[in-house]
Amino acid sequence: MLQKKNLWWLVAFGALGLFPVLVTNPTYTTIGVFTIIFMACATSWNMFSGYSGYIALGSAVFYGSGAYTMALLSIHLHMAAGSELFALVPVGGLVAMVMAVPIGWIALRVRRHTFVVITIAVFFIFQLSAINFGFTGGTSGLNLPFITWGFQNYNTPFYYVGLGLTIFVTLVSALVRRSRFGLQLLAIRDDEDRAMGLGVKVTAVKITGFTMSAFTVGAAGALYAMFVGQIYPQFVFDPMFDVSIALMAFLGGLGTLSGPLLGALILEASQQYLTVTYSNGSLYLILFGALFLVVIIFMPQGIVTFIRDRVSRRAERERAAVAANDAPPSPTTPVEGVAVGGTH
Amino acid sequence: MNTVALLSAAKDGILTGSVYALMATGLTLIFGVMDIINIAQGILVILGAYLSYALQVHWHIDLFVGLLITIPAMFVVGIVIERLFIGRLKGPERTAMSILVTYAVSLLIEGGLNMVFSVNDVQLQGWYVTRSFAIGQVHFGYIYVAGFILAGVLLGALYFMLYRTRFGMSVRASLADQTSAALVGIDVKRVSTITFGVGIAVTAAGGMIYGATNAFNASSSYDLISRLLTIIVLGGMGSLGGAMFAGILMVFVGDMVGVIWSPVWSSLSYFVVLVLVLLWRPQGLFGKQSARIA
Repeated sequence: MLQKKNLWWLVAFGALGLFPVLVTNPTYTTIGVFTIIFMACATSWNMFSGYSGYIALGSAVFYGSGAYTMALLSIHLHMAAGSELFALVPVGGLVAMVMAVPIGWIALRVRRHTFVVITIAVFFIFQLSAINFGFTGGTSGLNLPFITWGFQNYNTPFYYVGLGLTIFVTLVSALVRRSRFGLQLLAIRDDEDRAMGLGVKVTAVKITGFTMSAFTVGAAGALYAMFVGQIYPQFVFDPMFDVSIALMAFLGGLGTLSGPLLGALILEASQQYLTVTYSNGSLYLILFGALFLVVIIFMPQGIVTFIRDRVSRRAERERAAVAANDAPPSPTTPVEGVAVGGTH
Repeated sequence: MNTVALLSAAKDGILTGSVYALMATGLTLIFGVMDIINIAQGILVILGAYLSYALQVHWHIDLFVGLLITIPAMFVVGIVIERLFIGRLKGPERTAMSILVTYAVSLLIEGGLNMVFSVNDVQLQGWYVTRSFAIGQVHFGYIYVAGFILAGVLLGALYFMLYRTRFGMSVRASLADQTSAALVGIDVKRVSTITFGVGIAVTAAGGMIYGATNAFNASSSYDLISRLLTIIVLGGMGSLGGAMFAGILMVFVGDMVGVIWSPVWSSLSYFVVLVLVLLWRPQGLFGKQSARIA
């Protein structure tokens, strides 16, 4: 059973790996790079918020920190504009983790509802700082060294680094899910007071989870900065980013392993496609909002959980049917019972 | 620092802050009674402002007279949103889901407003918008004073409704404990729906004043909702007096920072104040610390 499941994962990641080989049109491979970046971010977000139930709406803080790390280091260290820059991707992740410790310490002093709002407030502190401080270049943004490899294969290296991040965070997320630490996060989600009563060091566990989930988002932000070549505060510290990755996880299935990947694949790919095709922002907002509502109202558990429930229910029904056929016929069937009752 | 700047900041804090307090009261009331965080409050303020704008441009209706139409209209909008979407949310993740649902609603409205009114900034007009009078060296814009009075009247009406009527008693009972309220025979569902409507209705008045004192478009809602959320968390979620106090404090601090350092830092100061206060009081200034919080 477990073997079959692992095989599915291999097939899925294999298909993702083949994408740039099969599709060479730069328009679509660009969509691919953005999608893979969001798959990594949504999975990373889910590793803390999905498991612990603490919905964070300020992950753009880490995304932006990673992006600015990439931009500032590559500019000030006068780095050559080639694949060396990929070395800064994990650095972006580490900077994001360093940021996450004090933010987590402050934001996780309160319980869920207030936590959401504090993450939003911290997000605005970062966005406004990036706009107002001098070293970030303000609203005119920063230009990164211009990547020198050719236009035709420009997207491919970014795609594979992004895929590497996605695989990395999926593995970490799977390991966390099975570990004692992951169970502690789930216990916090189910009943924090009881978890505390049973000896879970809730504050330490929450801050650790929050910090771990910052890494991949920061690294993805660094990759994004390198990919697009110039960054602006309003794009790397984007409120839509915060909500999008949360929505991706909800759409796929909050707290599941494959849910955020599926959600990101569906949402980001369709968003990019719609933007390229229609370029009408307002229409897109309406479609996005409507899709969002339909999913939450009709599949509040997310796609993965919805399908899993259906499959297991059907399996149960089949098992019940098989059991009913195998069982010896009961001495009095209900129909006969009714007939007997009718003769009175 | 000079006294005039300090007085001006205090004046702005009280006049503009009370309008924010009015909008935030709707938000904190909805949260307190229903455990719903209404992210759409920001865009609904803008919708209220655009309704006043449409009445003004197409039928030449004065802004304050228009409120007689826009407040009931926004009440109905609130009821419809509650019936269609919010009322369907169930289960332990209800509050988290409400953030996403109301965000989706807000995207729908934002897209719609962009289509109908375009993304160009507009501002509401009236003879009182541009004029002001002075007491000493402190200038008072008529619209700000009118906004303050309007907010005062509506908050007073809200207070009267909550503390002097039978319906208000059921709202406060639901605020305190939904299960017990249901046990003593209160129709919590009906109370929730009406509370949501009332919480949204105040955005019509808040939006009109906001639209007359700021140039706005649909994306102004992001700035608004972040301020409103900051206000209700600072005041203590579910606390009506807290929202009032925090609204005034926020604008006052923002103005002071603008005067002392630079206006670019004033919006940042709200969030810094929030974080500092929460370090000291995680439940907000007037929030209740209960033993078990979900």
